[in-house]
Amino acid sequence: MTTVDSNTTAPEPVVDPNAVSVTINGKVVAARKGEMIIAAADRTDDFIPRFCYHPRMEPVGMCRQCLVEVVGPRGPMMVVSCMTPVADGQVVNTATEGVKKAQEGMLELLLANHPLDCPVCDKGGECPLQDQAFSHGPGESRFVEEKRHYEKPIAISDNVYLDRERCILCDRCTRFADEVAGDALISFTSRGNNTQVMTFPDEPFSSYFSGNTVQICPVGALTAKPYRFKARPWDIEHVESTCTTCSVGCRTVVQSSRDELVRYQGVDSQPVNWGWLCDKGRFNFESINSKDRLTTPLIKDASGNLSATSWSVAIDSAARMLRTALLSSPQSVAIIGGARGTNEDAFAWAQLADALGVDARDSQLADGLPPQVFSLPQATIADIDTAKTIILLAPDLKEELPVLYLRVRHAASKRTGRVVEVSPRATGLAGKAWKKVHVEPGKTAAALRALATDAAFTAQVASGSVVVIVGRMNLAESEESVVHALAEVLHMAPQATVLPVLRRGNVRGAITAGLTPRNGGKSTAEILEAAASGKIECLILLGADPLSDVPDADLARRGISGARNIIAIDTFITQSSALADIVLPAAAYGEKEGTTTNLEGRISNVAQSITPVGTARPDWMIAVELGTATSHDLGFASYNEVHTAMISRVGEFAPAVDTHAVEHDGVIVAHPAPITLARADAASNERNSYDYRAVVSRKLYDNAIGTAKSPSLATLATSAAVIVNPLDVPRIGAQVGESVRVTSQRATLVLLLQESVDVLRGTAWLPINLSGSDARELLDVTKDVIDLKIEKMS
Amino acid sequence: MDGRQGSIMTTAIRYPHATGFVAGDRPKIVTSRFEHADSFTLDRFLATGGYVGLRKALGRAATDVHEEVKSATVLGRGGAGFPAGTKWGLTPQQVFPKYLVVNGDESEPGTYKDRLLMERDPHQLIEGCLIACYAAGLSQCFLYIRGEMALAQERVATALNEAYAAGYVGKNILGSKFSVDIVLHWGAGAYVVGEETALIESLEGNRGMPRLKPPFFPAANGLYGQPTIVNNVETLANLPWLMVNGSEAFTAIGTKTSPGTRMVAVSGHVKNPGVFEIINGTTTFRDLLYGAEFCGGILNDNELKAFVPGGGSAPWFTADQLDLPFEASQVGPAGSMLGSGAIMVMDSTTDIPAAALTLTHFYAHESCGKCTPCREGGTWLERILTRIVDGTGTEADLQQILEVGAMICPGDFPHASNEKLGLTAVPFPYKMTTICFVGPSAFAPLHSAITLFRSEFEARLVKRISIPVTAVSTPAKVGA
Repeated sequence: MTTVDSNTTAPEPVVDPNAVSVTINGKVVAARKGEMIIAAADRTDDFIPRFCYHPRMEPVGMCRQCLVEVVGPRGPMMVVSCMTPVADGQVVNTATEGVKKAQEGMLELLLANHPLDCPVCDKGGECPLQDQAFSHGPGESRFVEEKRHYEKPIAISDNVYLDRERCILCDRCTRFADEVAGDALISFTSRGNNTQVMTFPDEPFSSYFSGNTVQICPVGALTAKPYRFKARPWDIEHVESTCTTCSVGCRTVVQSSRDELVRYQGVDSQPVNWGWLCDKGRFNFESINSKDRLTTPLIKDASGNLSATSWSVAIDSAARMLRTALLSSPQSVAIIGGARGTNEDAFAWAQLADALGVDARDSQLADGLPPQVFSLPQATIADIDTAKTIILLAPDLKEELPVLYLRVRHAASKRTGRVVEVSPRATGLAGKAWKKVHVEPGKTAAALRALATDAAFTAQVASGSVVVIVGRMNLAESEESVVHALAEVLHMAPQATVLPVLRRGNVRGAITAGLTPRNGGKSTAEILEAAASGKIECLILLGADPLSDVPDADLARRGISGARNIIAIDTFITQSSALADIVLPAAAYGEKEGTTTNLEGRISNVAQSITPVGTARPDWMIAVELGTATSHDLGFASYNEVHTAMISRVGEFAPAVDTHAVEHDGVIVAHPAPITLARADAASNERNSYDYRAVVSRKLYDNAIGTAKSPSLATLATSAAVIVNPLDVPRIGAQVGESVRVTSQRATLVLLLQESVDVLRGTAWLPINLSGSDARELLDVTKDVIDLKIEKMS
Repeated sequence: MDGRQGSIMTTAIRYPHATGFVAGDRPKIVTSRFEHADSFTLDRFLATGGYVGLRKALGRAATDVHEEVKSATVLGRGGAGFPAGTKWGLTPQQVFPKYLVVNGDESEPGTYKDRLLMERDPHQLIEGCLIACYAAGLSQCFLYIRGEMALAQERVATALNEAYAAGYVGKNILGSKFSVDIVLHWGAGAYVVGEETALIESLEGNRGMPRLKPPFFPAANGLYGQPTIVNNVETLANLPWLMVNGSEAFTAIGTKTSPGTRMVAVSGHVKNPGVFEIINGTTTFRDLLYGAEFCGGILNDNELKAFVPGGGSAPWFTADQLDLPFEASQVGPAGSMLGSGAIMVMDSTTDIPAAALTLTHFYAHESCGKCTPCREGGTWLERILTRIVDGTGTEADLQQILEVGAMICPGDFPHASNEKLGLTAVPFPYKMTTICFVGPSAFAPLHSAITLFRSEFEARLVKRISIPVTAVSTPAKVGA
C-alpha cells in the first residue's frame, strides 16, 4: 500500500492575472493583457497585412491596412488590429469577406498615387507594399486619374534619399526619428493629399540612426546612398552576423553580391539591438570593399620602403625577428591589439604568446578599464529595461555606443527606469536624465560621495535594481578615477550590477581570450614606454594603430619609433603599420568566420560572407603559421579546431558550445566569482595655474580607419576644436570660430574655439582623432587630470 | 498691441448686433443678452444676471451641481449629442489633474453659432466653464478658439482679462476654496481640429491629427495623457442659466430626451437666414424653414429641393423630412444627424452635383493626411466628381464614386427615405475604415446627392453614341 505524503501534492497552479486567451480565426491564442491583436496574430499562421505597425514603436493606426473584424456585443466590428488590445474571450476574424474587401480597398487606395516604378526601385523584390499588394491586394486599380508628382529623390541627409512619390505616409520613419532616436528632424508637412515627409528648412536629417529609417521603410521611399542601385534583392546572399564596429554587438544580416559587401541590415535581437543599427555600423562595409585594402604581405626592403612579398618570405622573416628577440628575453617581445578580431583570433594569438612566453600583451590601448571590472556582478544590456535606476558613469553613449544609447533612452522615455548621468559634460542622454551630476574631471568620486547625503538620490537607488554603466568618460582622466567613482557607486548601491562599456568591437573577447597583461606583464602604456627606452626588440601590432588610437600621442610616437622591429597585422596601411618592418594583410569583418564577445559578455557569431581580399588571412591563421615557424604547435590548424580548442581551454567561453544560440541571440560568458571593489580616497586633483580642465572623448565619426575608408561616412567627421561653455568665451577674449592657442604641460596646439552649454564652466571639451590638431598631443597618460591654458592668438 | 486693443471698441460699434441673429418671443437660455449692443462687456453681463449661476453653484456641493446637470440632460451641442453630465462622470476617480478643454474650433460647414456665443456673450461661456470645472472636479480649463475667428478671440480674451481682474477666475474664486485657471489657445486653421482628439493634439503643440479611440478616449487619456473633458461652447453656455433656474425649468422646455433649447444656424436659400435659438425636440424643420419668426420660407418662394440638417457632414434631407423635429432619436433613423445644428437649404435652382462638389472639395482639402482612406479616397472622390460636373464623366465614374465611398464607409451608407423615388431610409450612423469622421464626411454629401438626385448626375454624363449592332446574315448551312 502506498501512502501519499500531503506535502508532495502539486501546488495550486498560479493563475497569471495578465494572461488572456483570444480566438483568432477559430484558433485559440494565448496572449497578454495590453498586447495588440496584430501581435497575438503574429504568433499564428494568419498574417495580417500592415504598413505603419512596427513592433518596436508605438502604434498609430494610420495606414488602416490591418483592419480585422472583432465580434462585439453589437455584432462584428471593423477595428485596426495594431491598436486594439486583446481581451479575454475576444473573437477576431481576419479573413471574412468584409475584412478582405476592406484590406483590398486599402491597398487600392495606397497604390492609387504610388508610381509603381518597381523595376527601377531598390526596394523591388523585398518591398512590403509589393508583397502585400500581391497577397492582399485587389489585383488591379480603378484609379485612372493622374498621380501625385514630386521631384524624384531628394537628399534629406548625406546618406538618405527620399522619394515622396513612393511614400505611403506610414509614419514609420518620422516616428523612429522622434520616438526611438530622439532626432525629430523629419516630420509631416502639408496636409490631405499633399501630406509629405520633409525635413525642416536648412536642417538635414543628420541623425546617427538615419539608416534605420531606410530599413523600416515599407516602400522604396527612403533609400540609402551606399546601396542605391548596387544590387537587387534576389542577387544578394545573406548571412546573419554580429557587428563589431563597437562593442554593443548588434545582430546584423551581412549581404553581399558578386563577392562584394553591399549592405548590412539590423536583426531584431531582443537582448541586444531590437533591430536597430547606427549609421557607422551600417555603412562602414564600404571600407571592406576599399581599394586601399592590404592584399599581400609587405616587407621593408633595403631602401627602407615597404614592398610586396610572399607569405612564406613574410612569415619566415617575422619568425626570425621573433626568435632573435626571444633570444635576448621574452620580455622584449610585446603584443598590442587584438580587440578588432574574433574571439578565435585573440585566442590563437594569446596561445602563441603563451607558447613564446610573452607576458606583455594588451588589447586595450591605454583608454580602457582594468579587467577586474568583468569580475564585478555583471549586468546585461536587457537589464536596462527592468532597472529602476540606471547610473551612467560612462562616455557619451550616443557618440561611442549608439545602439546602447537607444536602449537607455527607451527606458528613460518609457519611464521604466530613471537615469542618473554622472559625467564631466552633458551627454546625449542629458535630456532624459532624472538627475545630472556634472562634475569637473578628477572630482567624480568626491561628488558621488557627497551624493550619499542626497535623500532623493539614496531613496531612488534603494528603490530597486540598479545598473551602472561604466566606462572611460574622459580620456584625460586616469582609469583609476573611474574605478574610484565606481567603488563609490557600488558602496551606495550594493545591489547594483555593472555593465562595463569598453568601446572596441571585441575588446571583452580579447581580454577573456588572454590578450591582457599576464604574470605582471606590461600594459600598452608600459609597452610603449619600454619601447621608447629601447627595451622592446619586437613589437607586434595586432590590428592596432597606437599612433592614432592611444590617447597619449607623444608616448605612442616615442614607443613606435623606439621599438626595434615592428610586425603589423592589419587590413590597411595605417599611421603605425606604415612604420612596420613586416605588414601581414588580415582578413576583415565579413571575410572570416568566428565568434565575438560584446560589452556584456555575449558571445555570438560573425559570419563569412565574401572571400578575403587578395591573399589576406584571418589573424588566427597567422598566429598558427608564426607558431609553426617558431617551432610551436598551437594544437589547431583549422577554424573548427581553433574554435573547439578555445571553448575547451578558456572557461569563460564554455557556454559557446551551444552553437545554435551563438548563431542567433548569443550566449553570455561564464562569469567568475564576483569580487568587491574597495573604496579609496582619490587624489584631490587640485588645479594648477591653468584655467581649463580637459575633457577628451571621441565622436562617432572620426578619422578611425573604418570611417575614413568608407566614402559615405568619411565626410561626416567634423574638424577638431576646443569647446567651452559660452560664459567662458569672453574670458578667453577670442571669438567663437577663431583659432586659439591651447597649452598643456605637454604641448601647445592651435584649435578652433567653439562653445556649447553642454560643457561645464572651467572645463574644455576636446574631441580627438578629427582632422586638424589632435588633442591627444596635450595628454599624458601618467597624469590623473590635465589642465589647459586657452589663449587668444596674438 | 494698442491697435489691437482699440479694434475691440471699433468692431463693437461696427457690429451692434450679431450678424444674422433674429430675436423672437421664445425662451432664451443662451442668447438672452444678444439684443444688447454691449452684451460682451462685464458690466452688461453683471447687470443681466451674470455670474449668479456661478455663485449659486459654489454655494452647493460639487456633486450636487454635477447631479443637477445630469438630471437636466444637457446634450452636447458639438455634433455627437452626448449628455454633458454623463460625460463628466466618465473620468477615472482618483487620477489628477483632470482638464476641461472647450472646443471653440467651430468649423463644420454652415455652422456659426458658437462664434456668436463667443463674440456676443463671452462671459457666459467663461461662467459655464467655471461651473463645469467646479462640478466635474477639473483643475484647469483650456479654451481653444478657431484661428479664423479674430473677433471671438478678442472678445473672449478681453472678457477673460476682465473676469480675472474681478476675481471670477483664478485663485479662490469669489472667496471660495475653488481655484481654476483658464488658458486661451488659438487654432491655426484646420477643420479636423474640431475633432476632439485632434484638438488635444493641436493644444499639445503637435500637428492637428486625430488620435485613435480607443485607446485615446479623452475622458481617460486626453490632454497630456490626463483625463480630459472636451465640451462644446454652446453646451457650456447653457450652464449659467441652468444653475440659476434649476434642472426642472430646463427640462420643462423641449422634450424629455432633448430638453432645453438649441442654437441652429441656417444658411442658403431662405428669406431670412441666421442663427436661431429654437426649442429642442419639438421644433420641426418645417417650423424653422417656413415659420415667420424664423426663416420665413424659401427664397423667392421657390420649391425646396434639399437641405442639410446638421452640418456639411450630414446626409441630406428633402421636403419629405420637413416634419421631423429636432430630436436625435427621430432624425437618426430617418438617415441623418442633427450634428452641429447647421441647416443649409437648397432650393429648386440648385445645381446638385456642383453643390455636392463644393462640400466634397472641402473635406478632401481638410483631410489631415493621417489615414489612408480619407487622404487618398477624399481626393479621388473629388477628382471623379469634378469630371462629372465638368461634363466629361461617364456612367462608370458614377459607379466608381460609390465604390470609392464604400472603401471609406463599408456597408450601407445612411440616407433619407424618398416617396417619389421609392426609397426607404437607411438609419444613421455608418461604418467607417478611418480614424475620424472627416473621411466619411467627404462621401456623405456625395452619397446623398447621388441617391436622391441621380438623374441630375446622369444628365451631366458623356453620352456614348450607341452604334446599333445589326445582325450579320450567316450563310445558310450547306445541306441544311
